Amino acid sequence: MEAAHGHHAPGHDSAHGHGHDAHGHHPTGIMRWITTTNHKDIGTLYLLFSLTMFFVGGMLAMGIRLELMQPGLQFWKPEFFNELTTMHGLIMVFGAIMPAFVGFANWQVPMMIGAPDMAFARMNNWSFWLLPPAATLLVVSFFVPGGATAAGWTLYAPLSTQMGPGMDLAIFALHIMGASSIMGSINIVTTILNMRAPGMTLMKMPLFVWTWLITAYLLIAVMPVLAGAVTMVLTDRHFGTHFFNAAGGGDPVMFQHIFWFFGHPEVYIMILPGFGIVSQIVPTFARKPLFGYSSMVYATASIAILSFVVWAHHMFTVGMPAAAQLFFMYMTMLIAVPTGVKVFNWIATMWKGSMTFETPMLFACGFIFVFSMGGFTGLVLAITPVDIQLQDTYYVVAHFHYVLVAGSLFALFGGVYYWIPKWTGHMYNETVGKWHFWLSMIFFNVTFFPMHFTGLAGLPRRVPDYNMQFADFNMISSLGAFGFGLSQLLLVYVVVTCIKGGEKATDKVWEGAEGLEWTLPSPPPYHSFETPPAVR
Amino acid sequence: MVAGSQANQRMLVKLLVVAAAMFGFGFAMVPFYRALCEAVGLNRVAKSDVVGNTQVDSTRTLTVEFDTNLRNDLPWSFTAVEKSVQIHPGALTQVTFEIRNHSDRAVTGQAIPSYGPQLAARHFRKLDCFCFTQQTLAPGEVRRMPVAFVVDAALPQDVNTVTLSYTFFEVEGRKSAGGDGNDRGNAG
Repeated sequence: MEAAHGHHAPGHDSAHGHGHDAHGHHPTGIMRWITTTNHKDIGTLYLLFSLTMFFVGGMLAMGIRLELMQPGLQFWKPEFFNELTTMHGLIMVFGAIMPAFVGFANWQVPMMIGAPDMAFARMNNWSFWLLPPAATLLVVSFFVPGGATAAGWTLYAPLSTQMGPGMDLAIFALHIMGASSIMGSINIVTTILNMRAPGMTLMKMPLFVWTWLITAYLLIAVMPVLAGAVTMVLTDRHFGTHFFNAAGGGDPVMFQHIFWFFGHPEVYIMILPGFGIVSQIVPTFARKPLFGYSSMVYATASIAILSFVVWAHHMFTVGMPAAAQLFFMYMTMLIAVPTGVKVFNWIATMWKGSMTFETPMLFACGFIFVFSMGGFTGLVLAITPVDIQLQDTYYVVAHFHYVLVAGSLFALFGGVYYWIPKWTGHMYNETVGKWHFWLSMIFFNVTFFPMHFTGLAGLPRRVPDYNMQFADFNMISSLGAFGFGLSQLLLVYVVVTCIKGGEKATDKVWEGAEGLEWTLPSPPPYHSFETPPAVR
Repeated sequence: MVAGSQANQRMLVKLLVVAAAMFGFGFAMVPFYRALCEAVGLNRVAKSDVVGNTQVDSTRTLTVEFDTNLRNDLPWSFTAVEKSVQIHPGALTQVTFEIRNHSDRAVTGQAIPSYGPQLAARHFRKLDCFCFTQQTLAPGEVRRMPVAFVVDAALPQDVNTVTLSYTFFEVEGRKSAGGDGNDRGNAG
């Protein structure tokens, strides 16, 4: 955070200052990327970083499915299997999904509100460059004695207070990534609140900007709580405190409360910007304005507020008074209302629209369909007695992959296809894009749909072996997972070919596109909106 | 755009304060959680219970089994003198446990009870227990300690066996941490 206190701390004016050498001489090659304070460069860095981590986390998932293809132990020791599941979760959440959304915010927020750059350009650079060291710490932890942390991505005590040095590396990585997220969020809030073009009132902002504003507030509120929780784990491990040690008067269940106070808002942090992306795509390809704009804003805010009072639904089985179980159950169910408003509005936007189904729209429609299925299983799990039965089974695994993969990830894919012609100036390969969608959609369901059945039948998660009765469904899941993993190479192909060349994209790119970013050339100039555009 | 820059700086400071406050909030949840558990009577496994109804139900016999565990780094032995007892619900029963320090240093331990089945915890009332306090054993010391308990007659009829399991944890000064932690007491 020192950059923020520095004298040349970047403000609106330093973006202009930087503009001067951009026209003359700014660093080229690798130094351009290391020293860049340009929101578009930093957005690109975030997106490429997250694509890399997506494949790292994906390889770990392939390792998990390889072991689970057959009952018995074939490939890994159980301890290593636990490392795989833990690191898959941590890397996908903190390395792939979250940085990808921050990348979108960096590219899109200034262009969508008519700002020249982010509010704190130098802090923006630092927010990004904290991530590669953090990711390195996580990956390196596989090679320290005892291996990477194997406590599950939730890092529950007392497992996390007893593990080897891999756990310490994970804690430091989380501290660094948390600092990066908080700085990024402060930047986004300040940019949105202070740097909108004249006439761009809050209720005229594109929904993607609205969802990110609310997400950034959530991040500022809960990332420090996670930092506190892992700090307590660290001091319990090395400095003789007893926050979570029963013998010293602490309580391991308290870790779960603190973690999920962060963790539940976190799951909305990973989905709200996805809602924003879908809310940009659907009107474009339905060629109609978004239905119920203001109700979308209020629904997003309601989801964010409710996310602070539902955390204990992750831990119904720890033993809590019935009154608390009822409270958390009803609050959780209440979230279905604003979420339902959103799904209704997307469908109402499509109603009687002149729809076409280019790849972004395919992903947006796929998102609405499959995310809703994940929402329904969420409602099932919200019912306390059912949840007590299904806690830690594959039903839960199916649920959160339906909302995180088919939700957040498909929204991200849709966003990439939607905006990549603007970013690169080239149209992507539509045929390969469509193949990417259909293969992802089919293999996703082949992988995760059977988990509903194995979960209902009682297959526990995070275990490398299972009873023979689950063999067939697990084989199907594994084959689906390998197909899903391979299909993602198509995304890399599309992105690489689109960066290298292709048909010139027009400024507007999509016939039905609305918004300030489409008034800029494709690709947009290095510094866009040096003079604020007029918004009517 | 100096004015805009100053507005940004003010916003930065405000949001940093919020982030710092939320970091503090995470730690503030610790005493809050303790107070809440105290208030609703959760997590009072290591405190003396009060027995209201002392009516003995002699028509019903329960088996109470005792299980003893040590966290692996504690250089003690820990045994129940009686492995199991037959009791009537409502009757005051006393049993004895023995701990022995095999190391050449004084070691402090704290026992944490747990119950099987889980719902028995609500009906198992301990009037006296070595788990209410920390136990410090001199090198080679042996100590016999009582547990006095009553099992509430309200225990569901289908429960015929209750297991009381104790685990002793070393409290301070982990054996590998030379000096580190010795000066710190019990955070609880």
